[in-house]
Amino acid sequence: MDLHFTDAQATAEERVAVDSEMGAPESSWQSGQRQDSDRRDNDGQSSERPIGDTRTAFAAFGGDAHGRRHRLLPVLHAIQNRIGWISPGALNYIGLRLDIAPAEVHGVASFYGMFSLQPRPPIVAHVCDDIACVTRGSDKLCADLEGKIGPAGSSCSGGRAIWLRSQCLGLCERAPAVLVTSAGEKSHERVSAPASADAVESLMDDAAQGRLPAEPDVLNVQISVPQSAQNRAGKESEFLPLRLLHRIGKGGAPTLETYQKLGGYRGLRKALDLGPEGTLGELAASKLLGRGGAAFPTAKKWEALFLQRDLLRHDPARAHCVICNADESEPGTFKDRILMEGDPFAILEGMTIAAFVTGARQGYIYLRGEYALAAERMQRAIQSANENGFLGDNILGSRLQFNIEIRRGAGAYICGEETALFNSIEGYRGEPRNKPPFPTQSGLFRQPTAVNNVETLVNVPGIILEGGSAYARLGTENSAGTRLFCLCGHVARPGVYEVAMGTALRQLIDLAGGVVGSGKLQAVLLGGAAGTFVGPQELDTLLTFEGTRAIGATLGSGVVMLFDDTVDLRQILLRIASFFRHETCGQCVPCRVGVVRQQEALQRLVIAKPLGSVTQEVAMLREMAQAMRDASICGLGQTAASALESAMQRWSLFA
Amino acid sequence: MTQSPNNSQPLDAPRPTIPLPRGPVPQAPPERERRSIEIKIDGESVAVAEGSTILDAAKKLGIDTPTLCFLESLSPVNVCRVCVVELEGARTLVPACSRKVEPNMSIRTDSERVRLSRRLVLEFLASSVDLSTAPAVHAYMDRYDAHPERFGSARATVAQPVIIDNELYVRDYSKCVLCYKCVEACGVDAQNTFAIAVAGRGFSAHIATEFDVPLPDSACVYCGNCIGVCPTGALMFKVEYDMRQAGTWNESRQTQTDTICPYCGVGCDLTVHQQEGQIVGVTSPVDHSVTHGNLCIKGRFGWQFVQIQPVDPDGK
Repeated sequence: MDLHFTDAQATAEERVAVDSEMGAPESSWQSGQRQDSDRRDNDGQSSERPIGDTRTAFAAFGGDAHGRRHRLLPVLHAIQNRIGWISPGALNYIGLRLDIAPAEVHGVASFYGMFSLQPRPPIVAHVCDDIACVTRGSDKLCADLEGKIGPAGSSCSGGRAIWLRSQCLGLCERAPAVLVTSAGEKSHERVSAPASADAVESLMDDAAQGRLPAEPDVLNVQISVPQSAQNRAGKESEFLPLRLLHRIGKGGAPTLETYQKLGGYRGLRKALDLGPEGTLGELAASKLLGRGGAAFPTAKKWEALFLQRDLLRHDPARAHCVICNADESEPGTFKDRILMEGDPFAILEGMTIAAFVTGARQGYIYLRGEYALAAERMQRAIQSANENGFLGDNILGSRLQFNIEIRRGAGAYICGEETALFNSIEGYRGEPRNKPPFPTQSGLFRQPTAVNNVETLVNVPGIILEGGSAYARLGTENSAGTRLFCLCGHVARPGVYEVAMGTALRQLIDLAGGVVGSGKLQAVLLGGAAGTFVGPQELDTLLTFEGTRAIGATLGSGVVMLFDDTVDLRQILLRIASFFRHETCGQCVPCRVGVVRQQEALQRLVIAKPLGSVTQEVAMLREMAQAMRDASICGLGQTAASALESAMQRWSLFA
Repeated sequence: MTQSPNNSQPLDAPRPTIPLPRGPVPQAPPERERRSIEIKIDGESVAVAEGSTILDAAKKLGIDTPTLCFLESLSPVNVCRVCVVELEGARTLVPACSRKVEPNMSIRTDSERVRLSRRLVLEFLASSVDLSTAPAVHAYMDRYDAHPERFGSARATVAQPVIIDNELYVRDYSKCVLCYKCVEACGVDAQNTFAIAVAGRGFSAHIATEFDVPLPDSACVYCGNCIGVCPTGALMFKVEYDMRQAGTWNESRQTQTDTICPYCGVGCDLTVHQQEGQIVGVTSPVDHSVTHGNLCIKGRFGWQFVQIQPVDPDGK
């Protein structure tokens, strides 16, 4: 493509960062050494390409450019991780290497929260001030940091580090949480949770002196998975045995060996025996519904691809795709992170079974950018599975071919929406697409695609192994199986809990040790920022899809966030509104402007300066909520007012 | 061997310098017969070809559906959401401009839900964007009784200074509704120049060159096709902008003349807008089979010479 670039040049270091991801440039057209084959004239001597061979010509002239665009996000990460920000020169070099117009590279880079397009110190402490952390002292943490270092954005460690406020980091069971990122030749990430200002400061100093520990975080099962074997110590509870969490923490850092010892890959072996139809049959019998929030039947999704398998044989340009949606960013949610950190092979096994059924040969794990340890563990698991024949060209000697690639997100909540996720992987801005067409018809690279949540995939091997009907007997008639819940906020033992569907909310809270803080429960947020508030009088609600629906609530991503009666719910609502204002992609009008107007109106109500009367403001909020729900393109806009609406329905907050 | 195309001509007749075509004139293959699909809109049945949109069907019934980000010549992005309609059985409203018709669809274009969403979308836009040069939107606002001022005066807007960085056109992004049309026209839908893209996120999302560099430093080739598709006057001929600033712009005293661009052999259709004997802008009809509304820098801007008065050396 004939691209026009500004004069800004990449530094040597920026080039090294890009080349480390892309390899050295192959021709002078990508700013490499000029060779004879780079000549584009047709004098008949210079080029070895046969004139008129359009295919060679097309490839040489950038026809393969669309084949490189999907490398954009990894390349942007490479620059950000090495330099700490992305300069105009670096951006130009990326455009040149990937054959993308610089305006588009800039458009994509500026979409993501983790990329800085302004010069920034290499070390950044991202301090979460979101709703879960706020219940556990993030206000004090931020105030302390302000006292020690200065307001957010101030630098320390000799100008080499700054601290910034951040959205939920998905470390809610250890709130308040901080993530320190350190750019450089060897980039590092390190979590501090629960964090103190002293700890954050010394972490930044360590980073400045290159003394950060190699591991980004430590998964402490005792804390994060309170039901785990270590904690049980003999007292069997009615909620056990665990199906999804039972391997986590057993035998230290997960390895393929321990995974197999604990029953791993038996599900895949059985699936290979059953064949795709048989496997699909078991899955259908299990009545498994997707655990990402939308509760779509998993078997139906996979069947849609299965039914298109014949077309695969006839059309070599067709390729099915399986994606694990690990972009868990709903405030208060951290279950997928713990599964990835503690049981990564189960996710790979689930994806491989999905590939076997759907005919996909390529899988992607779209992994939240902030989840450093999870990314490391997943990467190690993929490598190990590849080396031992559990991934690759001949899986378990069955001639099944399947490979998995990890794509790290870059700080955009919206990319958890499946069609935005496709655009993000493809190297475009993470803006949702209109549906239809649905992903099972036209998804990643316009190919039929099955997108499944991490927890959904972890359910699969067990279902195949034990049989679908055995699984369906767990839980209730319409909500089969067990479910992971993320307990956080004012709860005694925050962490991820596994209970059978149909457990009462009260039981779950008791399991986690009950309410702390003042000890008196004011409200529970179910499902995160896009979820709904319920009150103490609704604790007997059964946690099922239908049970929560009946009270106008949702299970969403499994968040159960408790607030005691000292919390000002209006401030929590305002924080949620600010979250959406920050995270809307900006594509469609109802959401782009609606979340702003909603936040403004809420702000006026909180400071008791309504336009007109409180009644008028509340009526306006309701109207805006309806328009956002009705007219937005995707789930973000459609649910941006749901927490607020549920709270206004239950309490008169602004009277 | 070669046969004269016109045997009946006398031998001494002058031979045409351009040979006339012989044999059958090549024709495009006939369009595939498309299945007709019947749907119901506001209780009335209408049949349209498969692949048509709800908007097409509504048009056929004479229903005026408001649109902002839609244009026949561009692929629909359905981002403005002002065209939403109620589809029976659907959880949310659907965009008429891009949703394809399916058999037995039942649609309402004027229900309470539709009116509310359209009104709110218009209020959202008018409360954040300067729509002073978008008269069509004002008509819609009247129709849906939109009152953007109810969001108060302290509300966030996209107000920002006008960008005048070249002689041909100005960019006033306080008037931008982010309809994506200019990006599409600059990209694969027309020009394939990719000088601009949407940058930033959320309410700060905006149309930008790379790092917001001035147009002359960008890849812009000044085809002006972005001006042609802009629905709100955010992109405007410098001539029009200057006249508006001077208070001399007056559309009621303007005429439009269709002509052919004289610059090359493509023969693009031009519509020349003139006021008081001066050319004040050039567009091209969207429905023209050659241009689809698009021009190049010469057709769009290369008319200043018309207005240069010859200097009489004698001073007469």
